[in-house]
Amino acid sequence: MNKILEVKGLSQVYGPGCTLCFTSTGPEFETNICPHCGSIVALHDLSFDLYKGEILGIMGESGSGKSTAVKCLYFDQMPYSGSAIFYDESEQQPLFKLNPAQRRSLRNHRFGMVYQNPNLGLNFDISAGGNIAERLLMSQVMNYREIRERARELLARTEVLTERMDELPKNFSGGMQQRVQIAKALATQPPLLFLDEVTTGLDLSVQAKILDLILEIQAELDTAMIVVTHDLGVIRLLAGRTLVMKYGRVIESGLTDQILEDPQHAYTQQLVASAL
Amino acid sequence: MIRKPLLRVENLSKTFFLHEQNKVIPSSSQVNLSVYSGRLTALIGPTGAGKSSVLKSIFRTYLPSSGRLLYETTAGATLDLALASEHHILELRRQEIGFVTQFLHTLPRQKTLDVVAMPLYQQGIDRTEGRTRAAELLTELNIPERLWEVPPATFSGGEKQRVNLARGLIASPRLLLLDEPTASLDASTTDRVVALIQRKKAHGTGMLAIFHHADLVQRLADDVVELAVPAANT
Repeated sequence: MNKILEVKGLSQVYGPGCTLCFTSTGPEFETNICPHCGSIVALHDLSFDLYKGEILGIMGESGSGKSTAVKCLYFDQMPYSGSAIFYDESEQQPLFKLNPAQRRSLRNHRFGMVYQNPNLGLNFDISAGGNIAERLLMSQVMNYREIRERARELLARTEVLTERMDELPKNFSGGMQQRVQIAKALATQPPLLFLDEVTTGLDLSVQAKILDLILEIQAELDTAMIVVTHDLGVIRLLAGRTLVMKYGRVIESGLTDQILEDPQHAYTQQLVASAL
Repeated sequence: MIRKPLLRVENLSKTFFLHEQNKVIPSSSQVNLSVYSGRLTALIGPTGAGKSSVLKSIFRTYLPSSGRLLYETTAGATLDLALASEHHILELRRQEIGFVTQFLHTLPRQKTLDVVAMPLYQQGIDRTEGRTRAAELLTELNIPERLWEVPPATFSGGEKQRVNLARGLIASPRLLLLDEPTASLDASTTDRVVALIQRKKAHGTGMLAIFHHADLVQRLADDVVELAVPAANT
């Protein structure tokens, strides 16, 4: 078993922050807004290990800090404190100590991200194929024919009609946009993929196909994934282990079947009991 | 001959705490048992005695409340399953501990052959071989070939149960937990299941099983452990 990511004490604060922020917010205070300085403690003291090929679920309602966690790891924002080490083959990369060029390089080559909102992950002004080409170009694939061939393969793999690869993704359905986003994220065969509410808002049948696709990719490529969702069904289907978050804290973590069948925390019990 | 057990359960208790009702629900209480390689230990007792909770605690679907679950690893070390890391448990589930639950839980839309072969895929065995071995086992359990390429969602209770059993047995785990694997089977199918379980025993799998019928305990069990309903539940 190879560790691919080790996160320690990851915290994020929006606002000035004060010495009392962490001790006056969290589930026991039922808020993530610091009463002393008004800052929002979006995330506090998140720690976990992720192994090669493993899918980790992060579950919680809106505002629980789950998206903040992946946004920090994908460098969409820098955390307030904490560390994360990415074990990339023989190298160890301390994520938050890298310079901007190194961060960009990891994002372009070694990480993939699929956002809930395809607007964030895709450039809507260029074609579906162009979106993938963009990512391939950033990882130094320069030959036009090769790029086009790879884009075609990836879109076929994610079941996007390749006849439509020259169309703008804004003309696609939501499910199709998600597939293009997944194809783009996979273009460089990254060992680590972040999935932020990727099926939220899609029709059930479309959701099912996206989830199938994610499982197939994991089996085929042994990609490690962090799946952020508020949907217990998605967690049940995809994740081997799960973290449950509330007010920026992990309130419970465990094997997914244990979280769902023997939840320990009052909040998790309530979540599981209210699932359809 | 004194053999070292594959699994020793010592003073296992499981209680649930329901926060909303501020209530403690006792399930298994002070359970002691051993499972040996190549033998089957049957767990008997009335409904509510916590038989399924014992199996789920061993598989770590439940977090044991107290007690030790001492498992002999392939490397010859003793591991307390109650305390083992989540990654370690996941690895054991992939490689050596199987669980046939009462109800079949599968990925939606997955074909029956792949459902059964999944434990082999997880061990890195390729699809062709996995599917061939799944087909053999399904034939042995009398699941007609026309169903193999269909997801088991629409199957009858008995068919689902056999698919579940085939999946649990295919990888010949070192330790297999069986929760009423024959509850909805007819007599002739039950005979096939019994033959299969006996073969896996002869192959060295250690089993801990809950059976619906006393008759099956008689036919398959080498050791019998009886649980009583915890005092607070009666």
